[in-house]
Amino acid sequence: MTAVRRFEGGSRVPGWDEAVDLEKDPAEVPDPATTPVPEGLREEIESHMADYPDPRSATLPALEAAQRVHGWCSPEALEQVACVMGLTPADLESVASFYDMLETVPVGAHSVYVCTNISCSLRGADELYEQIRAAAAGDPDLNVRSFECLGACDIAPMASVDGVYVGPLTGADIPRMLGEIRGGEPVLVDKQLLRRAVADPRAGAEPPPETATEQGQG
Amino acid sequence: MSAPAAPSPLLLLDGIDEPGLRTLEVYERRGGYESLRRALAMTPEEVLAQLQASELRGRGGAGFGMGTKISFLPKGSMDKYLVCNADESEPGTFKDRELMQKTPHLLLEGIVIAAYAGGISCSFIYIRGEYVQQADVLDVALAEARSAGYLGDDILGSGHSLSLVVHRGAGAYICGEETGLLDSLEGKRGNPRLKPPFPANQGLYKGPTLINNVETLCTVPAIIRMGGEEYAKLGVERSTGTKVVSVSGHVCRPGNYEVELGIPSREIIYGLAGGPPDGRAVKCWFPGGSSSPVLTDADLDIPYDFDSLAKAGTMLGSGAIIVVDDSTPILDVAMKVARFYRHESCGKCTPCREGTNWTVKMLERIDAGEATPMDLEIMASVQEHIIGNCLCVLGDAMAMPIGSMIAKFRDEFEAHIEAARSRTEAA
Repeated sequence: MTAVRRFEGGSRVPGWDEAVDLEKDPAEVPDPATTPVPEGLREEIESHMADYPDPRSATLPALEAAQRVHGWCSPEALEQVACVMGLTPADLESVASFYDMLETVPVGAHSVYVCTNISCSLRGADELYEQIRAAAAGDPDLNVRSFECLGACDIAPMASVDGVYVGPLTGADIPRMLGEIRGGEPVLVDKQLLRRAVADPRAGAEPPPETATEQGQG
Repeated sequence: MSAPAAPSPLLLLDGIDEPGLRTLEVYERRGGYESLRRALAMTPEEVLAQLQASELRGRGGAGFGMGTKISFLPKGSMDKYLVCNADESEPGTFKDRELMQKTPHLLLEGIVIAAYAGGISCSFIYIRGEYVQQADVLDVALAEARSAGYLGDDILGSGHSLSLVVHRGAGAYICGEETGLLDSLEGKRGNPRLKPPFPANQGLYKGPTLINNVETLCTVPAIIRMGGEEYAKLGVERSTGTKVVSVSGHVCRPGNYEVELGIPSREIIYGLAGGPPDGRAVKCWFPGGSSSPVLTDADLDIPYDFDSLAKAGTMLGSGAIIVVDDSTPILDVAMKVARFYRHESCGKCTPCREGTNWTVKMLERIDAGEATPMDLEIMASVQEHIIGNCLCVLGDAMAMPIGSMIAKFRDEFEAHIEAARSRTEAA
């Protein structure tokens, strides 16, 4: 089990004990004239906003896009999103701090989420997580985190590497996995979830097309 | 109705690994979108009647009648919304992932039919952010369906229109709760809302909103194809049809299995998933995700359906069976569950925010040898004070399984307390 990240005074909230300037006006919607936004990012956010009846619904995709550009939801990133969406940075910070996948501190470029929830942990995920963490220690490019159930208990214990699910993992997979991440190669190709057939034996792939048409779907 | 005779048909998983099934071409070759054509030839009321006749109960966790839910939507020409809940975050559940990844058009077809029945013209799939690959698959399928005229304006010349957006979440269990999901979809923190008003009256953007789980919507095309009454013959009374069950934990063959509701649980855990390995025995099992009260090996013959499990004091939930064998201390299981809900509590309601935290602290105290048997009473009473006292059931989702573990494994908890204490005192 991993320790919860603690800040000053044992708090889980960074900066909780810093004095607040009560005289200061709240940050307003950033002025487009003084807030440069990378062109690609602006276009992406605007296209998300056009998808919804209420443009504010684009907050999550917009923050995700900004995080891709900046590496995390930095004050600068929030400022840019706020500028395009016409919201205050505080609106966005309240959202960014709520979700596990939005980073509120700088992190490594490659995410390795190791599921340590119940089904994975019954199959050795806690030990696996410690091993991965130890193997990745000191590498600033890796963001190794224990994560809540990732919805892949059939390949437990498993991890999500930059969104690609791999499992079942053993300690022996770790050097290759980290090597492939660092080398920019596809990760553990033979252990990727996408290659896995459904467990139900009766759901096997259908015979060749000529007989399949007779069977139809039901 | 008697227990169903094997073998049951596969309505969702049949041929799901056929290469290319995720493309429109293969899906259509296998008869895909035929149900949509059939539905569009009926009136919306007739489609709704079929769904009601099927007695399909929601597959996401609450088990509410799908047709009934649609019938709660107000009539009239106001903007109504359909949201497919693809936030699948209940620990142990991975059925929606398999469906979306391998047969995305089945979900799209179900959404278009359900929207037609409810007079809905705007829809969303809220998929959890971790499912990056599945969301990409859906986006491709969506574009294909749109260019083939199955989505968009005037679908297949029926006059019915539907927009659909795949919306990716960003990692929060609470966004699987329907009102938390709506706030999240509106671009806010995923805090649950007070109910009533229920989403059917006032949901997304304050409009009437139908929220259904992925598997529920994936079942809709089969109901239209078979006819509601024929579908209702599958399964048992008040638990009709087939269900994809995700089996995980200490079993030889973890994975998704489609079963007819009402089959003995033992058949799923041992027959399909192979049971615990190496001659080990089942210690306890969660029948419906980590939120469901645990059952023991004495309960393995309970029929796997909504009412039988409810009668046994637990629930079918999302249909995720997690098996724990006798090599695992119950305290470890309780700790995992409690820590998860503590992490995921949004903090809005005090009983949940504080109760999940206190429960973890008490469990840690037990493990550290600092507890007395009285702490079990306190812990049990904390659980009772969470249940029913919050805006949503996240707190209940911890309180119910923890409460059941204390009730069913009290001896082991007490032994753990004693052993840990003597260990601490010796040191």
